[in-house]
Amino acid sequence: MSTAIGNTIVSLPDQSTAQLPKRHYINNEYGLLSWLLTEDHKRIALLYLFSVTFFFFIGGAFAGLIRLELLTPQPDLVAADTYNKFFTMHGLIMIFLFLVPSIPGVLGNFLIPLMIGAKDLAFPKLNLLSWYVYMAGGTLTLAALVLGGVDTGWTFTTPLSTHYLNTHVITAAMAIFITGFSSILTGINFIVTIHRMRCPGMTWFRMPLFLWSHYAASLLMVLGTPVLATTLVLVALERLFGIGIFDPAKGGDPLLFQHLFWFYSHPAVYIMILPGMGVVSEVISTFSRKRIFGYTAVAFSSVAIALFGFFVWEHHMFIMGVSSYSALVFSLLTMLVAVPSAIKIFNWAFTLQKGSITFETPMLYCFGFMGLFTIGGLTGVFLGSLGMDIHLTETYFVVAHFHFVMVGGGLMAFLAGIHFWWPKMTGRMYPETISKLAAVTTFIGFNLTFLPQFVLGYLGLPRRYAAYPPEFQVLNVLSTAGATVLGFGYMLPLLYLAWSLKYGAIAGSNPWQATGLEWQIASPPPTENFTEIPIMDHEVYDYEWLANKTKKEVTTVG
Amino acid sequence: MDSALATTDPADLHAGQEHGHVSLPQHRHHFETVEQQREAGSFGMWLFLLTEIMFFGGMFLAYLLYRNWYYPAFVVASNQLSVRIGTINTMVLITSGFCMAIGVWAAEVRRRSLLVAMLVTTTLLGVLFLSLKYGEYHEKYELHHIPGNNFNISMFTNPAGYGIKEAPLPPDMAQKTQVFFFLYFAMTGMHALHMIIGLGILCWLISRARRGDFSAGYVAPVENFALYWHFIDVVWLFLYPLLYLINRHPMH
Amino acid sequence: MTDQATHAHLNDPEHAQHRIVTPLQYFFVYIIMLALTGLTCAAAFVDLKWANAVIAVGIACTQATIGALFFMHAAFQSRLIKLTIGAGVFVFLVMVTMTMSDYMSRSWGMW
Ligand SMILES: [Cu+2]
Repeated sequence: MSTAIGNTIVSLPDQSTAQLPKRHYINNEYGLLSWLLTEDHKRIALLYLFSVTFFFFIGGAFAGLIRLELLTPQPDLVAADTYNKFFTMHGLIMIFLFLVPSIPGVLGNFLIPLMIGAKDLAFPKLNLLSWYVYMAGGTLTLAALVLGGVDTGWTFTTPLSTHYLNTHVITAAMAIFITGFSSILTGINFIVTIHRMRCPGMTWFRMPLFLWSHYAASLLMVLGTPVLATTLVLVALERLFGIGIFDPAKGGDPLLFQHLFWFYSHPAVYIMILPGMGVVSEVISTFSRKRIFGYTAVAFSSVAIALFGFFVWEHHMFIMGVSSYSALVFSLLTMLVAVPSAIKIFNWAFTLQKGSITFETPMLYCFGFMGLFTIGGLTGVFLGSLGMDIHLTETYFVVAHFHFVMVGGGLMAFLAGIHFWWPKMTGRMYPETISKLAAVTTFIGFNLTFLPQFVLGYLGLPRRYAAYPPEFQVLNVLSTAGATVLGFGYMLPLLYLAWSLKYGAIAGSNPWQATGLEWQIASPPPTENFTEIPIMDHEVYDYEWLANKTKKEVTTVG
Repeated sequence: MDSALATTDPADLHAGQEHGHVSLPQHRHHFETVEQQREAGSFGMWLFLLTEIMFFGGMFLAYLLYRNWYYPAFVVASNQLSVRIGTINTMVLITSGFCMAIGVWAAEVRRRSLLVAMLVTTTLLGVLFLSLKYGEYHEKYELHHIPGNNFNISMFTNPAGYGIKEAPLPPDMAQKTQVFFFLYFAMTGMHALHMIIGLGILCWLISRARRGDFSAGYVAPVENFALYWHFIDVVWLFLYPLLYLINRHPMH
Repeated sequence: MTDQATHAHLNDPEHAQHRIVTPLQYFFVYIIMLALTGLTCAAAFVDLKWANAVIAVGIACTQATIGALFFMHAAFQSRLIKLTIGAGVFVFLVMVTMTMSDYMSRSWGMW
């Protein structure tokens, strides 16, 4: 039996005979309006894909400018305050317009109904609205940029943002406020869908882990984002009318702003990373041809991360004058958050053990994720310990740490997911060789960019300055060189994925021999997803079930 | 956004039970049953209210902190609000919530005219609340008690000069009354904004209810809107004691 | 199909049977709410030291609970809905207690 499975499963299906279905969600209707007014979750996912890609490259351009400026110790490319605007825009766009909506907006929207066997999300109109709200927020962010920029840093730190700057803080704050509502709407939609729209037989413990992680991330979106909204409104009011809520001169407390802001913004890290962890679970299981080791532990660790995520925010404030007793508690709790993340990493590793592993591009990105996220997570433990934090916080060590988590983790997972489900979304394969090259390039470029920054930070180079002492130049040049490689690695997928839309090999419905319900229907899927509502009569990640099913199809069809 | 949630049309249970698979106009194709649709709608509404708890939560946290820090200023400033108007407004809101609840009942037992009457009463009571609130705001405006550059603390440093029976506050503490008034305006203002949005939706519901849309077994929009309206009432039930009743007995 | 659905719902934490509350029940709730409003207002005019704040917040919580349970029908909803409300209250309390833990332990004894 086991050899039979080994043979059937590892040899991927012959794609030369695969055909595109006659009607699918892309050619079902034509015209711009059929896209702009669509309520189809798959089309909305593609709208998100275009817009987050657009904002990713804008944010990336700012990253390029930052690295270019840091090539030399003097602020010679741009003035210091322009540099401040660069990193603010880079942060705002990458966090609120790319990382937060990227995986949920694109892959979550596309896959959640398919994975649970539903025809659509629970609230299709709300889903479309969330994209429009996102675009409104994005446009307003660009408006803030065009009108002259904003230089508070993405954290809107008071009293800097309320009293000392003459840039477009209110425009930017309102942009983020609006974008937040987009993520609230997405979160509500996902939670209701996962609770209410599962097909018969789809119990909670038969759900792919992608759904568990999106469920956990949605909880954070729903519970955390409104606090950010309140905070930004208060900042705007403070700036507009000088009402004094965060102004010490009038009795307000800037630390209250920090508490409120980080109450959202720490969980926001998990909003960015949890969906990525879901992607990694799917990819690793598929390319190891094994059920995820410790499925229940991985599922609950997502929920645990969401829950613990609300108990640790003060670690961003250790040097701001908070109470040492409370800092002690928050430091301890921060260490505890590492546990559920570690559970995931270990379980993925055990899934790989004795699996029939193949190294397709999504798998390479996932290996990247596992390595880089582990480094990012462990350096987070350094920063969470009170003594180390005093030395390391506000240095490049922090910059490197969260880029390892959010870019090495979130972005790698996004790319893994885009490649993995590209055949499902478009019906065509991406070119395998060049995409492997892109994955490796990204990995090398990423490490070259951010490993030197750990050293820089450890040596004491503070973040957010346009100039630095000349002895740090070598490491900065290395970092800039890495950024160039990294940028190249990100351009490649844009080019070859566009190319594959027309010239890619036709994928067929299940090119990876994956077990999810989404792979059992045509690629691209029809508008109504399932012609008849599927029944989940097997366990999740059941490769034997898939092998038997494939065998039967061969005998009946052939 | 509220209207979007309310309009996402879950359908009614009775219809589902009585007609089985007959497809109703409000039944959207991606739901298997109208029952599923109705439950999805109300769950979505509850999740939205969850975000509202956290949205107001940030301000309640700020209130708790500053009230502890600047208690004397909070007491004196709070005593400048009119308990009478505050209490009347509380009663008005509770009554409008009661009417809304009766309205939901009317929709469920399919009495169109009663439903319309109840929705209209709810709206009128909402307008009454807002006009009383406007009166209060206007008074504060005239007294220069709106936080900002025109804020005037003389009433709190020299209460006797204004005929107020309070101990005078030292200037730095008097300055902190501004924090109270800011929280007062932010919280009641946010609350009023929610009411205004609610009144807008109410007008839309009334026009649909008059056409008989909600008296034929399809009550979800009324039901979900009622959740929203009751939630606003509940927020006010906290604002009223926290802002108006900090310390109404003579302190000294 | 209807019968099956109804039976399945009896023990299901995610679903609840729909229940209509009668106007008379609403009226009782309404009267209780008004009475509690009067009570909270009256209590504020009596000097009870620290208990004033506790009573005010306690009555407000009672009113909110009654409002949620009956006007908002939470009492007749599934465990899922009750859990949802609980989650909101819980996270709000986490925010308040964890933040206040910082402020209060910064200046012991001054609170
Ligand atoms: Cu954090």
